[in-house]
Amino acid sequence: MKTPAKIKTVKALEKVIQTQQRLRKADKRQVLTVSAGTCGQARGSLKVIDALNASIKKAKLQQKVKVRVTGCHGFCEAEPNIIIHPHDLFYQKVAPTHAEAIIGQTIKQKKTLPNLLYKDPVTGKTASREQAIPFYKKQQRIVLGDNALIDPTEIDDYFAVGGYGALIKALTSMTPEKVIGEVKASGLRGRGGAGFPTGVKWELARRQKDATKYIICNADEGDPGAYMDRSLLEGNPHRVLEGMMIGAYAIGATEGYIYVRDEYPLAVKHVTLAIEKLKKLGLVGTNILGAGFSFEFHIAKGAGAFVCGEETAMIASIEGRVGEPRQRPPFPAVKGLFGKPTIINNVETWGTVPLIINKGAKWFAKIGTDGSKGTKIFSLVGKINNTGLVEVPMGISLREIIYDIGGGIPGGKKFKAVQTGGPSGGCLPKSKLDLPIDYESLTKAGSIMGSGGMIVMDEKTCMVDIAKYFLNFLRDESCGKCVSCREGTQRMWEIVRDISEGKGKEGDIELLEELAQAVKDASMCGLGQTAANPVLSTLRYFKDEFEAHLKDKRCPAGVCINLIRYFVLPEKCTGCLACKKSCPTDAIQGVLKGVHIIDLAKCIKCGACLEACKFEAVETQRDEAIVIMEGAK
Amino acid sequence: MDVQIERVNAFCKKRKSQKKALIAILQDIQAEYKYLPQDALRAVSQNLSIPLIDVVGVATFFRAFSLKPRGEHVVTVCLGTACHVRGGPKILEEFERRLAVKPGDTTPDGKFTLESVACLGCCAIGPVVVVDGDYHAQTSIRKVESLIKQYARK
Repeated sequence: MKTPAKIKTVKALEKVIQTQQRLRKADKRQVLTVSAGTCGQARGSLKVIDALNASIKKAKLQQKVKVRVTGCHGFCEAEPNIIIHPHDLFYQKVAPTHAEAIIGQTIKQKKTLPNLLYKDPVTGKTASREQAIPFYKKQQRIVLGDNALIDPTEIDDYFAVGGYGALIKALTSMTPEKVIGEVKASGLRGRGGAGFPTGVKWELARRQKDATKYIICNADEGDPGAYMDRSLLEGNPHRVLEGMMIGAYAIGATEGYIYVRDEYPLAVKHVTLAIEKLKKLGLVGTNILGAGFSFEFHIAKGAGAFVCGEETAMIASIEGRVGEPRQRPPFPAVKGLFGKPTIINNVETWGTVPLIINKGAKWFAKIGTDGSKGTKIFSLVGKINNTGLVEVPMGISLREIIYDIGGGIPGGKKFKAVQTGGPSGGCLPKSKLDLPIDYESLTKAGSIMGSGGMIVMDEKTCMVDIAKYFLNFLRDESCGKCVSCREGTQRMWEIVRDISEGKGKEGDIELLEELAQAVKDASMCGLGQTAANPVLSTLRYFKDEFEAHLKDKRCPAGVCINLIRYFVLPEKCTGCLACKKSCPTDAIQGVLKGVHIIDLAKCIKCGACLEACKFEAVETQRDEAIVIMEGAK
Repeated sequence: MDVQIERVNAFCKKRKSQKKALIAILQDIQAEYKYLPQDALRAVSQNLSIPLIDVVGVATFFRAFSLKPRGEHVVTVCLGTACHVRGGPKILEEFERRLAVKPGDTTPDGKFTLESVACLGCCAIGPVVVVDGDYHAQTSIRKVESLIKQYARK
């Protein structure tokens, strides 16, 4: 049965949901679920989908198997991946050339293809089912999990997993106050950064008497290294829209904006499609489902300014102005977009709301810690074996995420730090690995939860370079309104840059600490107030690295270009010519099977030889042994 | 490139020349011309009754807008934290060397514009380079040359 052209009543929507759920249950076809989010597509998943469809057609199996194109499954390292339902067989790194075998052997003859199974980089063990893969074992995917069940361009798929059921429940059996009460009782806190209790914020907006109120979905995911919002909007846009509609009903808003980064074209596309579909079905507009609730969606595309993630800057940007924050109070919940009460929540927060309404505050509050309820999605990236999006209950330790889920550090390297919270966060060292993650513990350790970026760094990452990186980012993104932030981030960057170039002076670290405090104290918005965190946290935990740059003019990690030299280690060099061929300035001399030598006068330190060498014979750090060899040469 | 003022007027009209639509209109113009030509900014200022200085203010505040014409192919190198620790800056340097331009600039033959971006949100497959909207995963210094050749032919 097809979904009707218009859904005008609660009863009609209930029927549509039931029908889609029944249809899905009755569909006995095997399903090849292919992830095709931005990452999947970059790895060629669209070609895999074409090849699979062609193979299915060729084998005339259309009645027995179908391909479902979904958003991200979270395990980005394994992209493009396929989950074959109903047995949850997991194939990773699938290429179009595998399509014939998948259809011919796995589907037709029920044979597993061992070369496509996940293989643990540490133990070498293979796993055939999704649940058996260590990456998924400790996760609790209540928000992200549906991504693998849904074609984000098909609203019927969302109905089939019970979608918009929470909206019905809110509209028919709950007063706005009761919705707010439920969200408050759940303990849900903002997933975008500061962790403000969502229900408390809603209550403030509810109390305002204005006839016009707005809600905004903050999808301006500006933290470099975080992409859960993109993944959720791309993979399950209706979940976010449903959450927004429930929020609008709760506070009495009639219009909602989705402020989404222009750098996320696929997310923009999917959310636009989803809104069009809702319009077509009559699920947005006036008197939705005859329940007396009216609501419209708008999309506002960001234009590449990190500061617009700040509420008041985002409001300015939606109003068509320069994205500069303003002083609070009045808070947006009192006086926000176009001067009206406005609630801004992050994508993940909105995406969690339908769950709380459906399953109840009690269920949600059981997950997590005392102060931080529910799950949180982290993007586990950087120097880590299993990169991807992980959704875990609050309170899990960093060690569990990095080692049990993430599979540790690649290439047998040592763990050095994990950066959380983006440019407002900080770097945590090995001694903090057993920290249970929640809003308070991270803040206490000198970082923040932020939007959930988790960038793992190994011994080859220089912490002075990381501090410089974030300061460069912040001085670039500072809107310039407050002198303390505009000038402070610039000066801090200059000091750290000088240190990294070996031009640091005595007293620099003390000056840096003083400046950091001043920027923190005197800036108006979150960007400036937290701008010092990356510096302060690296100084707190990795002061020895700063001192090595400052006093010994050494970069222990071998990164800072002025303080390193490229060397070939004679005992490791096999004379394969790979580095010689890669060198853009012909600085490497050597013959086949003879030890190569880098002419330091010609070397521009581009790193091409290091990348080309398969034997780890190229090093960047001058230690004693090499100095001696240099002398002998 | 000649700016057709009627075209710019149409972009404004499509969004009812509302002041709040300024950023969206500038995005439409940039999608058409790949940058914001001066004449177009003047036309937007008139259509929306926003002083030119404020239009230029918005156009220069946001990183996505360019006031300079861009090349046939736009190369965007991601410098997000994850790409940074995996060598993104080295990739950007290699592009700078091969194309002999700095980020934000265009090669004299108008073929390539080089840009960097703070994060594209594909952190798992970094270092990421996007050329004309195509995502290239796990790029390396060595892949830069072939990427340039691939697009130079197009």
